[in-house]
Amino acid sequence: MKDQLSWLRRRKRGIKEAKKREMPDGLWRKCEGCSEIIYHKELERNLWTCSKCNYHFRISAAQYRDVLTDDGSFVELLTGIESVDPLGFVDSKKYADRLVAAKKKTGHNSAVLTGSARVGGHLAMMAILDFAFLGGSMGSVMGEKIARLTRMAIEERVPLITLSSTGGARMQEGILSLMQMAKTSAMLAKLDDEGLLHVAIQAHPTTGGVTASFASLGDVIVAEPGALIGFAGPRVIQQTIKQDLPDGFQRAEFLLDHGMIDMVVHRKELKNAVVKVIDFFTDDRRGTAEDTLGQARKQGL
Amino acid sequence: MAGWLEFEKPLLELEQRIDELRSFADSQNIDVAKELHRLEAKAEDLRRQIYGKLTRWQVTQIARHPRRPYTADYIRMLGVDFTELHGDRRFGDDEAMVGGLGFFGDRKVVIVGHQKGRDTKENIRRNFGMAHPEGYRKALRLMSLAGKFGRPIITFVDTPGAYPGIGAEERGQAEAIAYNLHEMSRLPVPIVVVVIGEGGSGGALGIGVGDRVLMLEYAIYSVISPEGCASILFRDAARAQQAAEAMKITANDLMGLGVIDEIVPEPAGGAHRDPERAARAVGEAIARHLSDLEAMSPEELVRKRLARLMAMGEFKEV
Ligand SMILES: [Zn+2]
Repeated sequence: MKDQLSWLRRRKRGIKEAKKREMPDGLWRKCEGCSEIIYHKELERNLWTCSKCNYHFRISAAQYRDVLTDDGSFVELLTGIESVDPLGFVDSKKYADRLVAAKKKTGHNSAVLTGSARVGGHLAMMAILDFAFLGGSMGSVMGEKIARLTRMAIEERVPLITLSSTGGARMQEGILSLMQMAKTSAMLAKLDDEGLLHVAIQAHPTTGGVTASFASLGDVIVAEPGALIGFAGPRVIQQTIKQDLPDGFQRAEFLLDHGMIDMVVHRKELKNAVVKVIDFFTDDRRGTAEDTLGQARKQGL
Repeated sequence: MAGWLEFEKPLLELEQRIDELRSFADSQNIDVAKELHRLEAKAEDLRRQIYGKLTRWQVTQIARHPRRPYTADYIRMLGVDFTELHGDRRFGDDEAMVGGLGFFGDRKVVIVGHQKGRDTKENIRRNFGMAHPEGYRKALRLMSLAGKFGRPIITFVDTPGAYPGIGAEERGQAEAIAYNLHEMSRLPVPIVVVVIGEGGSGGALGIGVGDRVLMLEYAIYSVISPEGCASILFRDAARAQQAAEAMKITANDLMGLGVIDEIVPEPAGGAHRDPERAARAVGEAIARHLSDLEAMSPEELVRKRLARLMAMGEFKEV
């Protein structure tokens, strides 16, 4: 019980922090899609989407957690894995300093939030990338957390849900970042061998090494409207081919047209869509939040 | 001296002088042994001076040397009786990626590799070794054949990167690479990867998952090109030298980071100075690793391949 309470406190704090970050100018916010001024309560009710133009505001990993999971069911796992600076990397700033700043800014110690949760009653493992943490980039920590979480999904025989929002590989960790693509993909092949489900959600933006690994390896792939999704970024492509890019290029709807994803789903429908997929592919059903916590305790996490 | 690197030129000039002196002496029947000996010693000194302390940027230039042996050169020099196979059966045949069936010594192996062009005309056909999704899918089709028939796989990595273009994105460049990583991790046959030149990012890794990853002494392998890293992190593509240093992209660096298993030594000055010798070293290393791997059951291979990947990365647990 004590565990549960402290965890609930942490969770409340997380929500408060998230709101503070998203609402720097007080009660109103301008839509980046249509310039409409939106009252924050309305924005929150619409899960941070614009009711006029459907623009999806970028939200934090903690907010996605609340969008996707059953109330109070999320238990964060693998919290103790933190980045080091394996190359002693320095560009305009030291990588070590960038890490400290990112931790301070987000209140988290990595670019991915991992845990177990109930989703429409189903127990699932969930990894949510946090764009606010160094652009949601994948280095050694993200690779390790996703690989371990996938292994836990195999051990518990539950589905894996990943939500990506990332600029790609973390350049400051050099080749080790690249290797995380192989690491996560290999563990997903194991999940596949075990007959378990991976639902991949692609939010804005999903590019680079993450797209070229786990984010594209969902049994079912769901994207948010308007999300930029691709291997190379549009600027790199433009510089390479020296011509204009087609309208809507690399947006979720474009990928749907080209057969690369299964559906584009409004954030308000996102959880329902995921639950329906899990409903279809799994036979086990239902449980309570207490079970989730019990499971986590059993694993000593 | 077209097609040679700036820092190679003093050595090349000296070597040219030695050759000239030798043929002059031969034709005139003069004894220049002493002078030749002196020049040879000087050349050896110069060689040590230049190649003893190459910067990572200089290594990058050797890795991209226009005279460097490419995949097809190694296949030929290794004496492989090679039948090239074509197409991904879905969209087209990508000539930036070659693949086929090889009789290699006593072995029957499937070989796939990036292929750069030797001149402008061939480079247009080969897209400078930058594959589209159909290239990765062709490679996987052939590797799956190897899996089906129990033949080992050799891959040669040599690409600036997967092609960043409209068609490539439309046809799922990211998915093609991701799926290759996924499938290569569980193919039930030995896979030996050799980075022969440029290991450019996901485009390299797309055929780079194996039981053993070897790298030539002057090859590079990186998460993004030095130029790309420079333009993003240093806000100036011209600072590629600095980015190359920061990212640590040489065979020595990668050996230290536990990403590769062996450095294949190159002839003094690089593989292009003596391609046959480079190929012999490559062939010997591949054969040795295949012998090791062939002793393992498919289950053991796949289990160890996964364990090898799981060990990649550095982090702390608090
Ligand atoms: Zn709007």
